[in-house]
Amino acid sequence: MSAGSAKIPVTVAEITPVTDLITRFRFARRDGGPLPVFSGGAHTVVEMQDGDTLRRNPYSLMGDPADQSSYSISVRRDDQGRGGSLFMHSQCRVGMDMVISNPVNLFALDLRGRKHLMLAGGIGITPFLAQIKQLAASNGRFELHYAARSAAHAAYADDLRAAHPGNVHIYHGDQDQRFDLEHLLDGQPLGTHVYVCGPLRMIGQVRDTAANLGWPREAVHSEEFLAPKSGKPFQVKLAVSNKVIEVGEHQSLLEAIEAAGVEAPYLCRGGACGQCETDVIGYDGKFLHNDHWLDADARASGKKIMPCVSRFEGKTLVLDR
Amino acid sequence: MTIQFKDETFRDDYTFKNSEWAVNRFPFPFHEDSYMYSVNMEPHQSFRPGSVFEHRFDVDEHYLSEMRDRAQVLAEDPLRCQSLPHMTLAGWDLLELIMVSKSEDYPDLFQLNRDDNNWHWINKPMGIDQKFTFLDEATLPYGPMEYITRQTQGDFAVLDQRDDNLWMDAGMITTQADWSLDFDIGMNFFEWHAPVPKAHELGIFVRALKFLLNVQQGLPARRLNWTMTVNPLLDTSPENYSKWGVQKQELTLENMPDKMHLRVELQTFFRLPRSNALVFPIRCYLIKLGEVVTVPKWGRRLHRVLRDLPEELATYKGFIGNRPKIIEWLSRYDDGAPTSPGIWPD
Ligand code: FES
Repeated sequence: MSAGSAKIPVTVAEITPVTDLITRFRFARRDGGPLPVFSGGAHTVVEMQDGDTLRRNPYSLMGDPADQSSYSISVRRDDQGRGGSLFMHSQCRVGMDMVISNPVNLFALDLRGRKHLMLAGGIGITPFLAQIKQLAASNGRFELHYAARSAAHAAYADDLRAAHPGNVHIYHGDQDQRFDLEHLLDGQPLGTHVYVCGPLRMIGQVRDTAANLGWPREAVHSEEFLAPKSGKPFQVKLAVSNKVIEVGEHQSLLEAIEAAGVEAPYLCRGGACGQCETDVIGYDGKFLHNDHWLDADARASGKKIMPCVSRFEGKTLVLDR
Repeated sequence: MTIQFKDETFRDDYTFKNSEWAVNRFPFPFHEDSYMYSVNMEPHQSFRPGSVFEHRFDVDEHYLSEMRDRAQVLAEDPLRCQSLPHMTLAGWDLLELIMVSKSEDYPDLFQLNRDDNNWHWINKPMGIDQKFTFLDEATLPYGPMEYITRQTQGDFAVLDQRDDNLWMDAGMITTQADWSLDFDIGMNFFEWHAPVPKAHELGIFVRALKFLLNVQQGLPARRLNWTMTVNPLLDTSPENYSKWGVQKQELTLENMPDKMHLRVELQTFFRLPRSNALVFPIRCYLIKLGEVVTVPKWGRRLHRVLRDLPEELATYKGFIGNRPKIIEWLSRYDDGAPTSPGIWPD
């Protein structure tokens, strides 16, 4: 049960272009039954059969968490990426059968919070859409600040502003509008929690500013899914299953392990949750650690790797898997 | 089968007993002739019809009496049920999980009709017929967690998940083996596990926490734990030690089969969908030693396990003082014959 999550067979019910880069996909259960309710901030892992490759990409659920009739995700096309988003944009069709995972939440609201301050960058808006619906249903207090490149790129901004005038603030980069983090984070009422989802640099700035202003660490929440990076192919020996596998250029180590029929645990597939942590038995070469999980000591030890995003260059790598 | 609910007590005159049906489905915790502490989790999937693993929330012949005992404990000490303010949503999650599970698994005993947020719950054994509005606390006589756990066997710890840790922020704890909700409320996973011997060194708890943080919607997990209790006392809480502690002195070879009980906890873990909290139901099953030995395999095995158990575990489980007597009595039921693997009667 540690490998992944319970699967749900779905059909693509609707595909809606949102901006020139972002498209929304709506899934309904193939058997017409209700989907599980979830908590705002949860993601689902979408399985894509892309030719010979089985991809599994996490996407935040953006609909009302209490709506069991369908799930919606928004996918931003990444032309430089390894293909998951391209698959969704170019090959996914209404009526197509797909498999998604049960919801998993690694970016939950802290329900102790008296107020929820949300900071979104670009496609990082999606988990907040569900959280806002959850809070609106329970009269929770929130304030959203959402930065996008331009008005045309600010997906869902108009809907949000219309539904929650006064609680939603939009910033357009092309008009030089930026968050004033110092100002936003200072003077929030006691018991406020801050949530940030967006590019790594933005998360870092929020964390640093909050720390400087004396925010408790546990009141600052962030989520960033790293897309696994492409890289040079490499070979790995899996000691437990006694297999030698080849990791392709556009494949993650985790995907290669799965493709070899070996079960491996994961949750986020984006280097954040720690579930895929794998022991290194031996190596001769250099690790390309791309995760947010291992600390400097763990990296220096040469004993751990996060196969969902990290890679390797060198002669030999032997894993306890 | 239809369950014959019994009228019995877990205090004072202790009339608790298992029927033959209950003995044969007892979750005997030892799959071999020795025992080692481990986390031993497995998926909580329906398994072996008729066994305690068949349904998500097992209902048995002790249901009504256990619920009456719970109500008595709560009347004397309302702090056995607590829920910090941010845990109300998790309480609704739990109410939904139990009502849906029980009405699906025991349609002749429990019924749930839902029309949007207008819910109608019928608990036939307890004679309850309740209409209420889901997510509106004012429409129930108690908070949602208290309401449903007054109607469900087992203790319930409801754990909030944040900062990569689990926090004991709500619970209904009236049948617990020697720990206190009032003491543990608000603590995190490591704080409330502090007294376990050695396990910390083994890293078992770090692994257990990682496992629990990973418990996902739709994939509940379970494990068994066990201890020994003198008298079929459900409420062996620290608050009440002065009442039950002395009973350990009353054990003799003559009253052993009736007084000494093997106490097994079926612990399950479910992710709660709306709150992302984790619920940890701890269901207690009691069996008299006299009932254990009606299954020859169990009599032999329990003798061997208790005889060979490391001293520190016998101390931790609280029966070190009575161990020699227990082993002496059980040895009469161990002819040295080999036992078959697995926990079930032959
Ligand atoms: S799966 Fe979450 S860190 Fe790798």
